[in-house]
Amino acid sequence: MNSPVPAQPPIHAESHKDYEGGKLGMWLFLFTEILLFGGLFILYSAYRARYPLEFHEGGQHLNVIIGITNTVVLLTSSLTVALSIGAIRRGNRRMAIQCLSGTITLGAIFLVNKYIEWSGEIRHGLYPNSPILRKRPPGDQIFFGLYYSMTGLHGLHVLAGISLLSVMLALVIRKKITRDDFNKLENAGLYWHLVDVIWIFLLPLLYLAA
Amino acid sequence: MSYIDEGARKGILGWLLTTDHKRIGILYLVSMVALFFVAVTLGVLMRIEQLTLNPPMFSPKTYNAFFTVHGVIMIFMFVIPGLSTVFGNFLLPIMIGARDVSFPRLNLLSWYLFIAGTLIVIASLFTGKGAPDTGWTFYAPYSLQSGTNVALGVFGVFVMGFSSILTGLNFITTIHRLRAPGMTWYRMPLFAWSLYGTAWIQVLATPIVGITLLLVIAERIFGIGVFDPTKGGDPLLYQHLFWMYSHPAVYIMILPAMGAITEIIPTFAHKTIFGYRYIAYSSLAIAFLGSLVWGHHMFTSGMSEISNLVFSLLTFLVAVPSAIKVFNWTATLYKGSIEVKPPMLYALTFIFLFSIGGLTGLMQGALAVNSQVHDTYFIVGHFHYVMFGGTVMGFFAALLYWFPKMSGKTYNEKIADWALAPIFVGFNMLYFSMLVLGYMGMPRRYYTHLPQYHTGHIIASIGAFILASGVVLFFGNFVVALFKGKKAEQNPWGGVTLEWRVPTPPPLENFSEIPTITERPYIFNPEASQ
Repeated sequence: MNSPVPAQPPIHAESHKDYEGGKLGMWLFLFTEILLFGGLFILYSAYRARYPLEFHEGGQHLNVIIGITNTVVLLTSSLTVALSIGAIRRGNRRMAIQCLSGTITLGAIFLVNKYIEWSGEIRHGLYPNSPILRKRPPGDQIFFGLYYSMTGLHGLHVLAGISLLSVMLALVIRKKITRDDFNKLENAGLYWHLVDVIWIFLLPLLYLAA
Repeated sequence: MSYIDEGARKGILGWLLTTDHKRIGILYLVSMVALFFVAVTLGVLMRIEQLTLNPPMFSPKTYNAFFTVHGVIMIFMFVIPGLSTVFGNFLLPIMIGARDVSFPRLNLLSWYLFIAGTLIVIASLFTGKGAPDTGWTFYAPYSLQSGTNVALGVFGVFVMGFSSILTGLNFITTIHRLRAPGMTWYRMPLFAWSLYGTAWIQVLATPIVGITLLLVIAERIFGIGVFDPTKGGDPLLYQHLFWMYSHPAVYIMILPAMGAITEIIPTFAHKTIFGYRYIAYSSLAIAFLGSLVWGHHMFTSGMSEISNLVFSLLTFLVAVPSAIKVFNWTATLYKGSIEVKPPMLYALTFIFLFSIGGLTGLMQGALAVNSQVHDTYFIVGHFHYVMFGGTVMGFFAALLYWFPKMSGKTYNEKIADWALAPIFVGFNMLYFSMLVLGYMGMPRRYYTHLPQYHTGHIIASIGAFILASGVVLFFGNFVVALFKGKKAEQNPWGGVTLEWRVPTPPPLENFSEIPTITERPYIFNPEASQ
């Protein structure tokens, strides 16, 4: 049964890297992220069916302009991260560094916009458990509860993505990520795209529902 | 040099910072057995409470904390991760002819997340306003109102969920990428198949409970209202989301145990497994169907009649693949030359107890019966037959089977055999009494009971003491073996899967040369099969 074949190198050999395995693992992880948000989407659809009017009205209180600006910002940041991967594959390290820095900056701009948006709403007394919301019909409270949960969880993911990409940037600068070994950057890029895709769903569900 | 003597680092750090799948398996084993004993102690304390009618030994509040913590530890820290992290980590790479899992560092991180989650849950017991008292299900709206330290406890469970996801992800990738040359899917040992099915449930179901628990925390801290009826939220949605994970989790618990039993039975029947492909497919079928039956926890919650009917039907369907396995095990025994060594004895006990658990489960799948026995001791008895009689018995059998391989020491087989007597007798006194009590109407989670249930409770409590003493004897045997056991042979049971072809205990890199596989597994008599 086991006639020996000296095929695989010993485990200590650092050169032994399984890129396909790494990518498979990353995709599985992205699945779990989608399902994490999936729970919120289930709640959203159940409550939207129950409170259609309140969801319609709740959406009107949100700042569509900031929402759309942020969409443009995130989409652009996805473009720059894809460009940085292309650049590193061609061996253009300088452009990769520029593009990655661009993505990180855009991610930060997204969060700043989010901060402005949230503080505006909080100033208007629209936050969970606020005295104003408590007087309103139950559907409104649910809408804003979901709004803060969904965008808040997404914001945490943006933050995680920024941290991840910063590490990647450091690795590119220190030449740990090169044209022959860019698997990590590609996986980090996948994560960033996922963060982007989730936002693409949040925008119509929350902002454009009005 | 075995993996025990040789590591990347020396001393205790060599264990705490190891990325070797075998050492990580041992880390899990040690931490889980410790947690298991904590939870057993809490279970015994609950039985002590039920010994007396009036006045109660412990306050009702303490009793609530007992069953909550007993449930949380047993479910999230022992039964869900138990077999796949201990035996899966140790054996999966060896069984498929690999040197390690795909992501060894992630594997170590999983253990640290597990420990972090455990410590957070333990911290929740002693900080804030007392131990959580919601039961392990954290049902809203009570979990939103309870004055106890629910948020922290829930957060600990959330962190452990991460550990579970990462382990599942690691195993799927390992099985896809690292099988030895010639190790096709249908040449994989069935334990690996069961781990594969389990890993998919871990990856696909755990995030749902993750978000649900996060929302409970958000609800308690910010009052977002999604599960709070005073704000328009619906507690029933909490139940849906919770069981969307937690019912599949039942199969995370039982599948690897079934896999271990599937390894043990052919070895001691000295006969190839009956219906290899059906067992493999049934693992996947259980994983799939098990994801669609969560509603049967909610038959009395006021769901629509249609939902009840659909979930009832699906519940009956999921019994089919489980039954296929039981039939295949018994068919494997048919005309085998059976040798009843301790692992086999425990495996047979598994089949017996699991069958009772499974059949009482079917009773509850029927709507008319369910509305009568819902939230009674019948349920408690049923799931202890499945969880303890199934998973934990499978864990015991697996430990007896692989302990010599893992530790390099032999244990006393006579004591292992004898320990089964108190375990079996105590188990049935305890949990069969619960089935009867539940049928008579004894509700679960009550700190006391009416006089007509007193005899049943006394029998159950005596059974609990007998059972606990058997468990102590069982584990004591291994502790003695570690210090005084004789050196184990490479293949003490005559197994034919790859782990029996490497030295005992396995060397650091498992194989000096990666084997090439040319045949299906479980061939015990090469001449006859040609």
